[in-house]
Amino acid sequence: MSRRGLRLAPPRWATATILILVGAVFSIPILAMVEFTLRDREEGHSLAHWGDLLAPANPAAYAPLWLGLTNSAILAVATVAIVLLLLAPTMILVQLRFPRLRRPFEFLCLLPISIPAIVLVVGLAPVYLVIGRTFGTGIWPLAFAYGITVLPYAYRSIQANLDAVDLGTLANAARSLGASWPRVVIDVLAPNLRVGLMLASLISIAVVLGEFTIASLLNRQNLQTALLVVSKIDPYVAVIMSLLSLGLVFVLLLVIDRIARRITAVRTEQA
Amino acid sequence: MTDETIATQEAAARLAALTGGNPLLADAGSGVEVRFDGVVKRYGGQTVLPGLDLTVRPGEFLALLGPSGCGKSTALRLLAGLEFADAGAIVVGGRDMSAVPTNRRDLGMVFQAYSLFPHMTVAKNTGYGLRMRKVPAATIADRVRAALELVGLDAFAERYPHQLSGGQQQRVALARALVTEPSVLLLDEPLSALDAKVRVQLRDEIRRIQLRLGITTIFVTHDQEEALAVADRIAVMHAGGIEQIGTPEELYSAPATAFVAEFIGRSSIVPAVVAGGRATVLGAEVALVTPVADGPGEVFLRPEQVRFVGADDGGVAATVVESSFLGSIRRTQVRTVDGVELVVQHPADERMQVGDRVAIAVHAASVAAR
Amino acid sequence: MTVIITNDGAIAPAAADAPRPSRPARRRGALPAIGLAPFGVYVLLFLAVPTGLAIGTGFLDGDGAFTLDNLAALAEPVIVQTFLNSFLLSAVTAVVGAVVGALVCWAVLGLREGGAIRGAIDSASSVLAQFGGVMLAFAFIATIGINGVVTLLLKDLGIDIFADGAWIYAFPGLFLPYIYFQVPLMVITFMPALTGLKPQWMEANATLGGSVPGFWLRIAAPVLAPSFLASLLLLFANAFSSYATAAALASQGAQIVPLQIRAALTSETVLGRENLAGALALGMIVIMAIVMGAYALVQRRAARWQS
Repeated sequence: MSRRGLRLAPPRWATATILILVGAVFSIPILAMVEFTLRDREEGHSLAHWGDLLAPANPAAYAPLWLGLTNSAILAVATVAIVLLLLAPTMILVQLRFPRLRRPFEFLCLLPISIPAIVLVVGLAPVYLVIGRTFGTGIWPLAFAYGITVLPYAYRSIQANLDAVDLGTLANAARSLGASWPRVVIDVLAPNLRVGLMLASLISIAVVLGEFTIASLLNRQNLQTALLVVSKIDPYVAVIMSLLSLGLVFVLLLVIDRIARRITAVRTEQA
Repeated sequence: MTDETIATQEAAARLAALTGGNPLLADAGSGVEVRFDGVVKRYGGQTVLPGLDLTVRPGEFLALLGPSGCGKSTALRLLAGLEFADAGAIVVGGRDMSAVPTNRRDLGMVFQAYSLFPHMTVAKNTGYGLRMRKVPAATIADRVRAALELVGLDAFAERYPHQLSGGQQQRVALARALVTEPSVLLLDEPLSALDAKVRVQLRDEIRRIQLRLGITTIFVTHDQEEALAVADRIAVMHAGGIEQIGTPEELYSAPATAFVAEFIGRSSIVPAVVAGGRATVLGAEVALVTPVADGPGEVFLRPEQVRFVGADDGGVAATVVESSFLGSIRRTQVRTVDGVELVVQHPADERMQVGDRVAIAVHAASVAAR
Repeated sequence: MTVIITNDGAIAPAAADAPRPSRPARRRGALPAIGLAPFGVYVLLFLAVPTGLAIGTGFLDGDGAFTLDNLAALAEPVIVQTFLNSFLLSAVTAVVGAVVGALVCWAVLGLREGGAIRGAIDSASSVLAQFGGVMLAFAFIATIGINGVVTLLLKDLGIDIFADGAWIYAFPGLFLPYIYFQVPLMVITFMPALTGLKPQWMEANATLGGSVPGFWLRIAAPVLAPSFLASLLLLFANAFSSYATAAALASQGAQIVPLQIRAALTSETVLGRENLAGALALGMIVIMAIVMGAYALVQRRAARWQS
């Protein structure tokens, strides 16, 4: 019998071997992307392609990229607006006034997991034909579809916060001290939901930036469709932009992780 | 049929009558001795047990009592083989256990919580140890039933752990530990996670079962009331060492150290002057339980060793600080003119108000001192 | 002023106080229900209606009349092969992802909780699981594409992996990229189950006479099985419904169902089969419903044992 005693965890060498092996295999594609961007036009390696990004020889070729980036930014903002101004208030309402609706509401918000974008887009096409005629061909109406896509992730983040904070008691306490409902929401409820709302917003941004299916099949331009288009013209810039966006999402998710850990800390403190 | 056979059968019948036909009880033995010889345990830089010497007598119910971090759980886990000692020997029934892995130590152990296997029924959980020992299935069924009857849960055999309350789960854990008829029973704070009422019920049941089975039992707890209620002997542990070991009465009335006096029951510490085996405290002279060096010292007074006296009866003047109603008695905290704070236990119909002037006196045959 | 607290938690002035009778009642009754309306309308317009259309149009022909022709098209060999391809891709990548992911989870158990490495692995898994389809395609083209790093390396060693054709742009080329996001997803979904294994079970097993392999076989495996199965089903659903990576890698062709839907939506409609996309969507929803339904059932069992 080993002197390590009884432990669920594997021995040091097993942990190290598995993680190093898997880690190495999984970093190959990323490293390959980096190597690709560093290839010089003839032989060897240089930062030539990175330089192209800043001082492009043919700016017009990259126009779709900037358009896609701008569009994705607009869509991210619009989607976050839907999450904060439509989803969150409804969730607060359900939590405070309609507790019996919580189960059905949860089912509804998690439904998009079972209805993938590729299926949804078949039915969105006619809807967006109508929208196109009403609102014009701007990019922002696409946010309505994105709001549905991020629903499960945003719901989970906000609900975790709602569960940790006893909204009903806070609201009652504020009301018994004489606050009107708008005051209650602004002064008492919103500050306590800051973490969950921030989490939901960040996750929504990450999802929107990475969305391709709906934009592509509805013939709109966003960051991902633009990357695909540009890759046919200049694959190097496309890969560079991918790496940058990957880095951005990594940072976003690091922040999300930090915030999520703060939520669990608050919850264990209160327990 | 020979006389011998008849005699054996009659003896068996008598035993069966005594034990209600329960095979577990019928097989009850007289337990084995457990000994810790200079056991040392270090974790990283800290020495949790500097050198533990402890002997548990066969069939005894010993409580290891102490605050968290005192090493009591560590000692138990060393005995179970879940940890390894850095030095010293652990001997069970004359056998040195150092080289024996946990799964061959023939022990029964009940953990604080979560130890039932969630995917198995109560019956399957209970019979697990027997299955490990390759006992035939029919025998397993009988002994499982006997064990569950012993803890009063035979009707729950097909339930799953998540369908049971905390107290019921611990009973199943107990049945599971006992069904293999181990030589030693180890209990690691088995009641700490339960409600107060369930705790009292279950500790009495555990004691009852232990008495019937006669199995050597080591019970780790931080609750001194629990230890006082059920143990044959209590070993009070502090910082890896045993402060005092003795019967509950011995520990209560004759605490050997200040730590024991303060940990077991309640004590007020009162300045006194010691001379020749007697102490002068609160104006009266009292015998000492264990002699202490002459000169100024401190005496441990239990609440029931102090009482209120009339103003002219020669007691010490004091003022009431606070008073608690405990049902059949009251405990009142008073402060003497010299600033000494004491707790007095008295009948519930004597009502005290904060600020009342009272007089107190010692009311004990002998007291502990340091 | 005296105040009473009613059953639903609202605060209202006691009846003894005379004025302000109607405001609280009105607020309590109508406003909350109206408050649900915006979200309800939104979900209706952008979830219910599109889903209904996606399922329903499969039953309509180009003129809007009811027809079963589109459904009949599902039985055609090409479409059946497409569904089989999707099944194969999803099943293989789910199993590989589940096994490798479970191994990684087990390895992570050996890391200190709250430590830097563990946090980094958590973040990395979240990122890679979300790794957008287009960017993933680029990554794999850069790795094992025609001019990819690994391809060229192997060529230097004398191995030409594309000797039989550029398979990376066809169906076989999807397996590796899919596994790349399946493994992190498994790590994310299975980790809670593994950390839910109680050390007390291991200790109890030992005190009852069981061995360490016996513990893993008789206790850990059965307890982890529902969670593992649930994660496996989730991985399957994830692969089955994935579109972006395949779309980026295979600019033509429709070897899997999502690509088939793309073809049906974008190409010139074949007469009598205008709403093939709807029929395909219906097929996908049925499969997803079965898989996610099974997932919900198994997950409930897993949750019972985890707490």
